[in-house]
Amino acid sequence: MNKIPNRQIICETLMAHAETDKDIFVLCSDSRGSASLVPFAEKFPDQFVEVGIAEQNLVSLAAGLAACGKKAFAASPACFLSTRSYEQAKVDCAYSNTNVKLIGISGGVSYGALGMSHHSAQDIAAMSALPNMRVYLPSDRHQTKRLIEALLEDEKPAYIRVGRNPVEDIYSESDCPFEMDKATWLQGRGKTVKAALIACGEMVHPALEAAEILEQAGIAASVLDMYCVKPLDSEAVIEAAKASDIVVTVEEHSPYGGLGAMVAQVVGEHCPRKVKCLSLPDAPVITGTSPEVFAHYGLTGEGIAAVVEEILK
Amino acid sequence: MHDLEVLSWDLRQHTLDIIMAGGGGHIGGDMSLMNALLVLYENHLNVTPTTVNDPDRDRFVLSKGHSMETYYAILCHRGFLDLSDVTARFSKFGSPYIGHPNNKLPGIEMNSGSLGHGLPVCVGMALAGKRSGKSYRVYTIMGDGELAEGSVWEGAMAAGHYQLDNLCAVVDRNKLQISGTTEEVMSHEPLGERFAAFGWNVIAVNGDSIAELDRAYTQAKEAKGKPTVIISNTTKGYGSPLMENKAGWHHHLPTAEEHEQIRRDFAAGKERAEHE
Repeated sequence: MNKIPNRQIICETLMAHAETDKDIFVLCSDSRGSASLVPFAEKFPDQFVEVGIAEQNLVSLAAGLAACGKKAFAASPACFLSTRSYEQAKVDCAYSNTNVKLIGISGGVSYGALGMSHHSAQDIAAMSALPNMRVYLPSDRHQTKRLIEALLEDEKPAYIRVGRNPVEDIYSESDCPFEMDKATWLQGRGKTVKAALIACGEMVHPALEAAEILEQAGIAASVLDMYCVKPLDSEAVIEAAKASDIVVTVEEHSPYGGLGAMVAQVVGEHCPRKVKCLSLPDAPVITGTSPEVFAHYGLTGEGIAAVVEEILK
Repeated sequence: MHDLEVLSWDLRQHTLDIIMAGGGGHIGGDMSLMNALLVLYENHLNVTPTTVNDPDRDRFVLSKGHSMETYYAILCHRGFLDLSDVTARFSKFGSPYIGHPNNKLPGIEMNSGSLGHGLPVCVGMALAGKRSGKSYRVYTIMGDGELAEGSVWEGAMAAGHYQLDNLCAVVDRNKLQISGTTEEVMSHEPLGERFAAFGWNVIAVNGDSIAELDRAYTQAKEAKGKPTVIISNTTKGYGSPLMENKAGWHHHLPTAEEHEQIRRDFAAGKERAEHE
């Protein structure tokens, strides 16, 4: 089991580049510990900005830095970053088109036992609704590294959500296919299948597990890692849907406005199929660790496979 | 200063022309803002149409973005935009000249319109300058009603914390907002003490006075280790007794008769300035 959370990979990747790229700036809202950014703050104090517990200020300051040529990475818990500073993300980042990368840490139900205030089950919908804002949910540490490296190369705003805990590897150091804004096919490309599973973030691993379970039951499934929720890789969605009887999306998000809603829009327009959207409920989630919460709502390999089998009966 | 006094009356007229042509605007705050913005662009802000992308240019963000018509008049006067084009197309379908700052236009650094954004953004700009060893200065102008936004004070806190003496904020203290006086709606006094408590250098001036504003901007440059706020005590609707100190003129569109009266008042103001 991998022990390195994606947030730590973000720090390591930024540190690897900050040595030579003095325009890289990291901002935190008293969140350097939870964002695993303490090493960056200690090694690059001149490229680190602490704003205190002030998320609105965090995002506006980042936009101001970006407007003066800096590559601003603003890290804060996703629950606060995507709601408390939503207008700053809208006006100062998306509308003004500043080079601000909003890093939503401890996303989804990472803080499972802390209550709805600390859950970000709306961030995909909220951030995706902003024109000019991109939304990424990397699935593992290797993809996170590739994504951050790609984001260092562009000058547009983006929102990146990662969870708090280490997640199982999907890829490896030497085998991490990555193309910016293109979904990664994990299995089943070019084959006719019964179910196309499309997932993002921490839900990619259970989607892969579900495909294995389904295969043992004689049900062929494809799996897409849709780390780029916006811009959604519509071509991949259409290709997957056309080769399958049904489409199943899996996300750590509310049922509204997230990956499932976006995939259903594309499938409905281009290649109508039954689309089943698996997600958190439209309700405050049950108390527990992430794995406990996922298990409760069926967001596991077994749970996803069971839904697919039921639909295909 | 005498020339600026005269010029200010021409630019008030241009602002009025833009509002009348576009069929709307925020005339009351436009008039209280005029002198602070004019003195800044004429005497202190180091940016021209040819240096809008120069990394060493001074930065300005209009935080009270609804006073865009005055900003247009000044950007046109300074050669960033064309007055006849702005006047012809302001607020028209598909026009780039909208009712709030938009950074697709030359000379405009950041988009605004929602209040309470300019100061925190400028804190980031000023911090970028400090960390890069650059000597540019950063300016923002806020409305006084805007100060009720919590984000203003988040920015003020950070500016004091980081001792940003390259940052100068102006409060257009006209004491009126859309619903009435600021002190009735949400009181700000003692305003100077509030900023001072956040670690700021505070300068209070008569913001209808070009000479006083000019001195304040100069003093702000001399302050070390602290950001400066200029509390610019102004008259909302300044320049026409018809509008002055009346909350209803926040965004009232003058009738034909009112338009003519305001035009006469501005012309009289210019004549007084020319003979002073």
